[in-house]
Order: sequence, then structure tokens, then C-alpha cells
Amino acid sequence: MQVPAQFDYERATGVAHAIALLTRYGPESRLVAGGHSLIPMMKLRIANPETLIDINDLDELKGISIASADGADALRIGAMVRHTELLESPLAVEHFPILVDAERVIADPVVRNRGTIGGSLCQADPSEDLSAAFTALHAVAVIEGADGRREVSAREFHTGPYQTVVGDAEILVEVRVPIRPGSGSAYEKVERRVGDWAVAAGGAALWLDADTITEVGIGLTAVGAEHFCAAQAEDYLRGGPVTEERFVEAGRIAAEHVRPTADQRGPEDYKRHLAGELTTRALRRAAARAQHGTEA
Amino acid sequence: MQITVTVNGTAHTREVEPRLLLVHFLRDELRLTGTHWGCDTSNCGVCVVQLDGQPVKSCTVLAVMADGREVRTVEGLARGAELDPIQQGFSDKHGLQCGFCTPGMMMTCRALLDRNPDPSDTEIRVAISGQICRCTGYENIVRSVHAAAEIERAAQEVHQ
Ligand SMILES: Cc1cc2nc3c(=O)[nH]c(=O)nc-3n(C[C@H](O)[C@H](O)[C@H](O)COP(=O)(O)OP(=O)(O)OC[C@H]3O[C@@H](n4cnc5c(N)ncnc54)[C@H](O)[C@@H]3O)c2cc1C
Ligand code: FES
Ligand code: FES
Repeated sequence: MQVPAQFDYERATGVAHAIALLTRYGPESRLVAGGHSLIPMMKLRIANPETLIDINDLDELKGISIASADGADALRIGAMVRHTELLESPLAVEHFPILVDAERVIADPVVRNRGTIGGSLCQADPSEDLSAAFTALHAVAVIEGADGRREVSAREFHTGPYQTVVGDAEILVEVRVPIRPGSGSAYEKVERRVGDWAVAAGGAALWLDADTITEVGIGLTAVGAEHFCAAQAEDYLRGGPVTEERFVEAGRIAAEHVRPTADQRGPEDYKRHLAGELTTRALRRAAARAQHGTEA
Repeated sequence: MQITVTVNGTAHTREVEPRLLLVHFLRDELRLTGTHWGCDTSNCGVCVVQLDGQPVKSCTVLAVMADGREVRTVEGLARGAELDPIQQGFSDKHGLQCGFCTPGMMMTCRALLDRNPDPSDTEIRVAISGQICRCTGYENIVRSVHAAAEIERAAQEVHQ
């Protein structure tokens, strides 16, 4: 029987209250959202927080909506949004199908009822799926602390395995994805069995002006891509035309730059091969969606 | 700390350690042993209960996180001697053999039918994809859920 070590429990009533509690209890305190990464780690005594601060009541962190600022729209996803809610969000389907593709293969439906977007990003597991998806989308994380809010690019959010830029007394409030015309996006994952973490996975987002790629994002997970990103492949594609040959070449470049490690999910060369192949497949589907709509 | 959790419509107040998991609160504190406890790692799904109407794995929820919330367990399905249609479906179609996975399966499938009164084979299989059955090969579970859906449809027609 796995039992966590003893800790104190506090329930936060708002973002400011959660920050005040984090400040009061110091670095040995931890936020708990869905608890589906943290509680297993506490059961294994890998994590031993002295105080747990429950943020499940924080309405400010809930909901998916379109936010407008300075004439630009963004899809706003609250940190406490559960996986199931993002999977079923009509706004996500309409604007960023990559998120729906990814959610469909994250864990299983019962785990998805509990796990949250914010918890997933802050856990920063090197095989985590949404980190790759938000990297592809050039998303922005909104972080709040005692001194107010700051915005950090999804590409600068992770500082290493299980590490992020979120400070001890800070909280991830929401993720924003800028909405620009001509976009298409898709996510591809290979897993050993339904509901498992990725052997390798990758997502691509394209913004097209007629046949020209004006902007591109490629996110990879579980393959040791720096910042979950295939930056060299993006640079190769940006500004050029949409062609099958170039998508294959982008996959080759992506595979060249990843640093996978062998584990029970597969050997290094297999994961490297997947990184390339899944990049190409995601680009293909992203382009089809940009040109023909989400059904592609 | 003191918590009050409403389980199957009844409010229960207990003094618990924050580290107590919901599955053990139900089984050991409330003696509701219908909720089973298996892998302890959120993989097998035998511990599934509904928390505010959503199926969750109770081995990965703290009892204190359920304070002030509503939990429904397998004991809350039947009304007196009358089985819930999902129980009747599992009984009619032999949706179980050893029965270890069954409470969790039924709580997930009950929630599925509440949202989707006529699920397809695939929708049922996806809904239970986070739960393991070592006996039935899942075939009879899928049949049981279809049977439950039919029982509910027939009951609706009688009411109309
Ligand atoms: C069986 C199983 C299979 C899974 N499979 C996959 C998979 O295939 N792919 C995948 O990507 N994930 C998978 N997951 C992980 C799942 O997505 C978790 O739900 C997620 O990692 C954590 O979300 P949570 O809300 O439960 O976070 P918690 O466990 O509550 O928190 C995780 C960490 O984030 C911190 N945190 C939480 N919210 C905030 C916030 N708003 N601000 C700052 N810090 C915060 C916590 O303090 C903690 O350190 C799986 C999990 C399980 C149990
Ligand atoms: S005991 Fe909870 S999922 Fe197995
Ligand atoms: S009936 Fe035995 S495990 Fe499902």
C-alpha cells in the first residue's frame, strides 16, 4: 500500500489567496490541481511537500474562451481546465485541432476527467504531450505572483526535465494561443498501448498565405528535443512553399537534432526514426487542414 | 482535519489525516467496500467512483479534496431492491466473471449513459479504456452496456 508522508492541507479560495499561502508556507509547499502527477509522486515519496494547497476551487483558472487584446484574438485556456474539457471544446476544434488530437491520446478518459492543463505543463514531464502541442502553437503562458502577472513563451517555459520558470510563490494562470488566419495544426503520437505515455510524439502548426508558409511551429516530446521544439526544421520551412518533399526533409532535419534515450518504451534509433516520421505526418495533416479545413 | 463528504446522498463527517486517499476513506472509514482497490497507480480503474458526477480514480484523489463534494459509489446505484439498469445489463449479459473490475466499470458506464443514452461499441470501449478486466475480454461488458441502454429506452417509452 502506497501512502504519502504526512502533510498539511489548505484549500485556496482565489489566485491571490493561493499566492499568499505559497508565500506563507514557503518552498516546502506545493499546489495541487488534478493531483494525477503529484499524488502518485507523493505515494512513492519522490515528492514530500509539507503543505498542499488545493486550487480546485479557483474559478479564475477555469474555462476556455476567446480573449481579445489590442485588436488581436487569442484562445485562452485556464490552468484548471481538465483534459476532458479541452478535448470536447468546440473552440479548440475550430481553431487548433492539434489540441484535440493530443488530448484524445493523453492518458485515458477517467484520468482526463481529473488531470489539468496547468498541472500537465507545470509537471514538465519530458514525455508530456501538451508541452509539444503548445510549443508548436507558439503559445504563451501567463504566470501570476505577488508582484502581478508576467507572460512567458511556451518555448521558454521549461528549463529542463520536471523544471519550469514558475517560481516557488507563483501560479500558472492560463495559456494563450494567438489566433491568426490561415492556420492548420495536427498531432501524431506512437504509444505502446492505449493511454500510455508516448514512445515519441510530435505536433505541427502551419500558417499559410496561399501556398507560402508564413509561420510554422513543430513540437516534439519524449525524444529529448530541446525545449520540446524542432527549431532547425522550423527555420528550414519558414518562408517556403508547401510541398511533400520539404515536409520529408523537415522530418529528416528534426530527427537529426533530437537526443532520445533508450528505455522500456524503445531504443534510441527507433525513437529518432519516429521523431522524423511523425514530424512529416503532422506537417502533412496540418497543411491539409490549413487548406481544406479541420475535417482533413 | 474534519471533512464532510456526501456519499450516495448521505453526508458523512469524519476526522481524517490529509494523506488519506479517497478509496481508503470509502472502504475503511465508511465501510463501503464495493469500491475496489487494485493497482494503486491510477492504471487499472477498479477504484473508479463518481466525484461531482465525473468518474475518477479514487486511489489518486485525497479524501480531503472531496470535502464538501458529492461522491457516488456502486452502493448508490440500486434503489432498494431495484437494480439500476447498468447493474441489470451486467447481470443479463454476464458482464462479469470474478467481479473485481465490475464496480469501477459500472460507475464509468453509468456516467457514459447519463451523457450518451445510445453509445456505439467504440464509444463504450473508449469510455472504459482506462480500466482493466482480466476475465470477460470486454465483449460482454460492451453487450451489458448496450442492454442497459435498451432497458432505459424501454422505461422511457413507458413513461411517455
Ligand atoms: C495513468 C496516467 C497516464 C497518463 N498519461 C499521460 C500521457 O499519455 N500524456 C501526458 O501528457 N500526460 C499523461 N498523464 C499525466 C496527466 O496528464 C496528468 O493529469 C498531468 O500530468 C498532471 O496534471 P494534474 O492536474 O493532475 O497536476 P498535479 O498532479 O495536481 O500537479 C502536477 C505539478 O504541477 C504543479 N501545478 C499544478 N497546477 C499548477 C498551476 N496552476 N500553477 C503552478 N503549478 C501547478 C503542482 O504543484 C505539481 O508540482 C498521465 C497520468 C496518469 C495518471
Ligand atoms: S486502484 Fe485506482 S486505478 Fe488501480
Ligand atoms: S470480471 Fe474479473 S476482472 Fe473483470
